[in-house]
Amino acid sequence: MGELGFFGLSKPVEFGGQGGDVLHEAVLSEELAGCGSAGVAAGLGAHVAIATPPVWKFGSDDQKQRYVVPSIAGTKIAALAITEPGAGSDVASLRTTATPVDGGWIVSGEKCYITNGVRADFVVMAVRTTAAGGHGGISFLIVDTDQAGYSASKLEKMGWHASDTALIALDEVFVPEQNLLGGLNEGFKLIMANFQWERLAMSLGSVAAMQNVFDRTLVYATEREAFGRKIGNFQAIRHKFAQMATTIEAGRALTYHALRLFAEGHDATREVTMAKLKTQRDCFELADECLQIHGGAGYMVEYGIERAVRDARLGPIGGGTDEVMREILGRSMGL
Amino acid sequence: MASGSPVLKPDYDQKRAHFIFTDEHEQLRESIRNFAQKELAPHADEWEETTFPDSVFTRMGELGLLGLDKPEEYGGQGGDYYTSLVLAEEMTHAQSGGLTMGVAVHTDMAMPPILAFGTEEQKQQWVVPAIKGEKILCLGITEPDAGSDVAGIKTRAVKDGDEYVINGSKTYITNGHRADLIVLVTKTDADAGYEGFTLFLVPMDAPGVIREKKLEKLGMHASDTALLAFQDVRVPETAVLGEVGKGFYHIMWELQGERLIGAAGCVAGAQRCFDKTLEYAMEREAFGRKIGNFQAIRHKFADMATKIEAARQLTYMTAWRFQNGEYPVREISMAKLFSARTACEVADECLQIHGGAGYMKEYGIERVWRDMRLNRIGAGTDEVMLDVIGRSYGL
Repeated sequence: MGELGFFGLSKPVEFGGQGGDVLHEAVLSEELAGCGSAGVAAGLGAHVAIATPPVWKFGSDDQKQRYVVPSIAGTKIAALAITEPGAGSDVASLRTTATPVDGGWIVSGEKCYITNGVRADFVVMAVRTTAAGGHGGISFLIVDTDQAGYSASKLEKMGWHASDTALIALDEVFVPEQNLLGGLNEGFKLIMANFQWERLAMSLGSVAAMQNVFDRTLVYATEREAFGRKIGNFQAIRHKFAQMATTIEAGRALTYHALRLFAEGHDATREVTMAKLKTQRDCFELADECLQIHGGAGYMVEYGIERAVRDARLGPIGGGTDEVMREILGRSMGL
Repeated sequence: MASGSPVLKPDYDQKRAHFIFTDEHEQLRESIRNFAQKELAPHADEWEETTFPDSVFTRMGELGLLGLDKPEEYGGQGGDYYTSLVLAEEMTHAQSGGLTMGVAVHTDMAMPPILAFGTEEQKQQWVVPAIKGEKILCLGITEPDAGSDVAGIKTRAVKDGDEYVINGSKTYITNGHRADLIVLVTKTDADAGYEGFTLFLVPMDAPGVIREKKLEKLGMHASDTALLAFQDVRVPETAVLGEVGKGFYHIMWELQGERLIGAAGCVAGAQRCFDKTLEYAMEREAFGRKIGNFQAIRHKFADMATKIEAARQLTYMTAWRFQNGEYPVREISMAKLFSARTACEVADECLQIHGGAGYMKEYGIERVWRDMRLNRIGAGTDEVMLDVIGRSYGL
């Protein structure tokens, strides 16, 4: 991917990028879904759309040279680590702590559900830098994974088997002061900054994933025969396809609208939140309907449909749960 | 990623026009809204009992609202397709589904085929006064035995010298009682299948046109809905609209634009109902707080807002393609299906949030609920939409 230039589509040429814009990144999010493995798309997406953007946006020139340039080249792999065993959507409850020492920090704590966490060369990590609770005392550090005290183990999952998902243990890991990303105690701002793009990328990926599984199921329905005709010619099945196609098109229209606003530099929080909420749940339900149309074949590993369903189930959880999306939307209306 | 400061603060109050609309559209939107709120909405309750008066047409004609996207040479405003979307959206402020439908049948269903397929004389005779609101139009497709299945139409037009003699009946005809003209779908050749249909422009005062009865309905009470009979109605050859034998294709073309306008109306209607209910949820208290502050209610609003926005974007995206010369039948059907369902679901959820009050006439929610229900049936049922979409994939 680095050789092909896919990791730096929107980055300037002097950093090894292609000099494109956010729409090129959007195309990447869509087309990665075509690989038929959400785990692969997620691992690559975590690198390019989730972990490196904060370094690009908030990093010093030195940090960009040391981390973004090799990320674009594909020679260093990145992960973003926020979630902990005791804090998911509720980021104010983070407990991994960075204690100041000469020349840097000593970090101790635990991170979990970290995509690319095992293979990563560096982890962009949210840590607590003051004793004060809440949103105020969070900072970001870039943690090199070859430091003493860093260990990561693979977690087993329902889907996304092609991606590595880590439980990370930090036992007095030293992080040099030049690896502080953004302002001290301004980590919450950094978390919020990339949420919109992360959720937009997820929405784009899900719309493309829906189209992918729809297309495959359409081929199946026009070949498979039952009761003397192609199953796609039964009205019940035809209407399932019509319903699914409508769902995809509505999701696409909503997502492209949010993308347009985002690309033009507007605040698109509400639209992105809606797109994320709608497309992730839709993707799972649509994959399940495709499994139904495949019948027994869909339940078999061979057709890849059961995997699509398992993979899609993460959508309403990752990147902020459906319930968190509804909270954001509801509160945006003053409720 | 986005330009500007690294972190944008959410600004939820910011109003943004969609990219398909210009400042001119927004001004038009404003003036239609004012008109609907000031001159129509105050009478909405009364018109549920009496149906809305014909003077609404003449007033809208005066204001230039009946020909927004029609050519200037016939008295129209010469606007683009989006102007009729704006009309459909803002007319929801009249708070009367029946009125909106009556006007839409006139401007978006009956008028387009005359403009598209009519002779210059027909346009002068009917479109010019229709845009002024002096003549009212209706469209006759459905019959007691043929709805979505247009091929089953039985109304016959038989050539007799240089005249046609029409016999048959039409039902569920919006504006059927007040109309001056009906755009009538007939069969001129019973054996020619889809090639056997012909459209006629039939004056409603022609001898033999019988307005049989006003039909009572679940909702849309402000509109008049007719059962019509045609008994040996004689019309000259010049009453043929378009080509003899091409009526089916003429009418199928016409349905597409209308469905998309309908979708826009559904989205806007759902938004009105949502807004009203949001206001209610912020005032109404239960168990010591505003009901909107309960998480269960807050999440209902979040889900509704998401559905409405998705329907809106689907409709706008499709309208953009339509305006730019594409003929996206698949997506139009999707927009119609999705918006109509969304409107019905939103209306029902809003009724639920209102509780007992929602069930009462006073709040107007039950009326929206009843009015909206027609959208899943009229202009092609949900099931017909699903069939159109499914067949577009070769199924």
